[in-house]
Amino acid sequence: MGGSVVNKKNSRTWEQIAEFWRRFRKNKSAVVGLVILLLLVGMALFADLIVPYSKCVEQVGVERLQTPSTAHFFGTDEFGRDLFARVVHGSRYSLFIGVATSLMALVCGAILGASAGYFGGMVDNLICRIVDVFMCVPPILLSLAVVAALGTSVRNLIIAITISCIPGNVRLIRSVVLTASEQDYVEAARSYGASNARIIFRYVLPNAMGPIIVNTTMSIASMILSAAGLSFIGMGIQPPSPEWGALLSAAQTYIFTSPYLLVFPGIFIILSSLSFNLVGDGLTDALDPKLKD
Amino acid sequence: MMGENLIEVKHLKKYFTTSSGMLHAVDDVSFSIEKGKTMGVVGESGCGKSTLGRTLLCLETPMAGEILFHGQDIAKMPKREMKKLRPKMQMIFQDPYASLNGRMNVRQLIAEPLLVNKVCTSRAEVDERVNKMMDTVGLASRLAMAYPHELDGGRRQRIGIARALVLEPEFVVCDEPVSALDVSIQAQILNLLMDLQETMGLTYMFITHDLSAVRHISDEIMVMYLGKCVEKADAKKIFIEPKHPYTKALLEAIPIPSIESRKKERKLLAGEVTSPVNPAPGCRFAARCAMAAEECKKEDIPLSEIKEGHYAACKRAAAP
Amino acid sequence: MNKTVLDVKNLSIQYKTDLETVYAVNGISFSLEAGETLGLVGETGAGKTTTALGILGLLPERTARITGGEILLKEQDLLKLKEQEMQKVRGSRISMIFQDPMTALNPVLPIGQQIGEALYLHNDEGLTQKQIEQRVEETLELVGIPKARKVEYPHQFSGGMRQRVVIAIALICNPDILVADEPTTALDVTIQAQILTIIRDLQKKYKTTVIMITHDLGVVAETCDKVGVMYGGKIVEYGALEDIFTDKEHHPYTEGLFRSLPSLTGNSRRLQPIEGLMPDPTVKPEGCWFAPRCGQCMEICKKEAPPVWEDDAHKIRCHLFHQKAKGGE
Repeated sequence: MGGSVVNKKNSRTWEQIAEFWRRFRKNKSAVVGLVILLLLVGMALFADLIVPYSKCVEQVGVERLQTPSTAHFFGTDEFGRDLFARVVHGSRYSLFIGVATSLMALVCGAILGASAGYFGGMVDNLICRIVDVFMCVPPILLSLAVVAALGTSVRNLIIAITISCIPGNVRLIRSVVLTASEQDYVEAARSYGASNARIIFRYVLPNAMGPIIVNTTMSIASMILSAAGLSFIGMGIQPPSPEWGALLSAAQTYIFTSPYLLVFPGIFIILSSLSFNLVGDGLTDALDPKLKD
Repeated sequence: MMGENLIEVKHLKKYFTTSSGMLHAVDDVSFSIEKGKTMGVVGESGCGKSTLGRTLLCLETPMAGEILFHGQDIAKMPKREMKKLRPKMQMIFQDPYASLNGRMNVRQLIAEPLLVNKVCTSRAEVDERVNKMMDTVGLASRLAMAYPHELDGGRRQRIGIARALVLEPEFVVCDEPVSALDVSIQAQILNLLMDLQETMGLTYMFITHDLSAVRHISDEIMVMYLGKCVEKADAKKIFIEPKHPYTKALLEAIPIPSIESRKKERKLLAGEVTSPVNPAPGCRFAARCAMAAEECKKEDIPLSEIKEGHYAACKRAAAP
Repeated sequence: MNKTVLDVKNLSIQYKTDLETVYAVNGISFSLEAGETLGLVGETGAGKTTTALGILGLLPERTARITGGEILLKEQDLLKLKEQEMQKVRGSRISMIFQDPMTALNPVLPIGQQIGEALYLHNDEGLTQKQIEQRVEETLELVGIPKARKVEYPHQFSGGMRQRVVIAIALICNPDILVADEPTTALDVTIQAQILTIIRDLQKKYKTTVIMITHDLGVVAETCDKVGVMYGGKIVEYGALEDIFTDKEHHPYTEGLFRSLPSLTGNSRRLQPIEGLMPDPTVKPEGCWFAPRCGQCMEICKKEAPPVWEDDAHKIRCHLFHQKAKGGE
């Protein structure tokens, strides 16, 4: 008896996933985004198979600042390091930082923003005033302070960027939750005794999902760039680690003489940001039953 | 006449604090509803009828007064005990578009109260009860996987009814359940509500602004004006001989779909509803009442029995 | 005798999107003389509001297509006018009262300015600022608002008062035609009675032609001279008020509509609804739109669109009467 119930439940979950995929597939641009995203992730996972890490750090003095060629697909930098290898290995840092910080900021923002918007009153006041204080400090200074306090490492970099990004998220999520929790169906849920947690997670957040997903996917690219900013002033990823943002900032000096140094990492940052946005849009549409078919 | 009272409300008050003062939404209202009967609550917007319904279900905390359900005062009941009573008291909402979560399909929507209150032991039992309920309210089983936005207003309201009744409640507050629907569909839903009352032995509080609809479904009718109950009587009687001037004006104002109504000269009620914020003492209706005397504006006028079972809060109504 | 002010002939309107075509209005005709009131009654999706928007030229441009017909305002075809010319007609010769007075007014402008706006825009008589002010004050008094309140903002008015302001805006240019789209649906009954009286009195005074769109047969009985009962984008029954509201021949839908109304006097507790659902406007049926819900449906109803049966000005679009007429011959 129990077994059949579990099976039935499983099959229903599978049905839902299949349905979700069917609808996601309908959005062509989302599928393109997903393909790009999978390629980027594949590149990060199998970086060592594509090109050995040693190529990233190997400095060949004679080959400095070479234009793209068959030997060096993307050319070489000022120390003669292979830019292709650096971009490929850099994807590990950049994608990880981008995704990790966005997700952490999303989770923290969702918890704080949803409680502020849903409960209102004192809770709302308290959270909003604290957020206001954080918003007074420019985000880059805030992360700088955090890194300075905790010391430089990838983990601390992620914490620093996350913290600087939470206030904006709290504000956004609070406002969408506020609208969503004024709906009649929330009142209805209360009338048959649903708990606050159930109402927030099953009624309010799913209906507030659209803007939240868009905001999160958009923020991934800006997270990568904030990491670059911190790396630039020596507070982030330490050289010679090849992080995309760091590559960009290092290339500034040669912007007129060797523009390709700027172009290639730039293209990858744009590609990753674009693919996340497209997938995020597709996700929003596929999750919304109103847009079915 | 000697049925058991399922609901008894005594001197219920609910005020809201607003920036301009105290809003008297429900002001000293008392009534009782017999088991299996329907109390119709009629009034214009802002008269506190919805707040009354919500307060009865403890969705709002009453400021003063008692709400007795089976003789137990639920107004002061601790949350945990109230949770046990929740399934016994349910609500049907006005707007079938806004009151259903668009992210859930019909089956999920109806199953939700069962899952929340953990009344079923297995998934199969939930499914069975949902299917039975869909059948009862006239929703075809092929609609189980449909989402509310794909359905019309009438079917959506059937979902709302199924959701309220799936817990097998004893008392249901219907807050304007048909006012968002078309006339032909409205009649379907009203009939359904009456059928369900018979088969499930439900007790209703039927809140509406539509006097003609409430006449069909109610046993007793209560007319509210600015938080006060101004008249309460048997549903048939109140239409034949309304006592309170407000009830009279309300009946007079309904446009009647017949050719004779055109020729009849009507007495129009002047002015608009005054503000429920910090109301002046005296009869709330005095400002618009053609028969108002000085004494009407001095002190609150209590509900008094004019005939057997017919109550009105008016000094003039009692006089011949 | 009286001149025809508005003549709508065989008007059809569709909404087209990539996914579907909504057949909103499917060939409706009516004509109105000065000072008459036509009631268009019907339920959600019957095409009442689309008809009104079509007459005003306010259909959403992206999706709506007028697929046929003519709208003649004093023998001038409105459908052939350019947008700029139509703008001149709108507000001065045809104006509209909207359903929701809460959202129809601009919250940041005093109501006096909003009422004067239409007059500034269509200032053909060359009125001075002062004269316009004076007209605004007169119009306000007409709808029962003290003129001193013209400097107040919409939020300072209650729902009923705002609807009066909306009526003042619609009437200040003294239009030939006033389209009222469910003007009292959002209001309480006692306020509804006041507003209906105002519309009726002003109409008598100015001889304005009114198209009253409503779902409430009671409102129709109180205000209209002619009635068109709409279903599925067609007028299924059309006639004088007496034709519709007395025991004559009726379209089965009209009968059903009357039967399903909860009554204030009758003794039966149960109501008699029209079974079934509203028609799907994206599917154009071969036969009569009402056939699936009709108790007197015949074979022919499912196959052929019903022709119009006429008895003087009383028109019914139903096979039933043609069968009877044939039988009688």
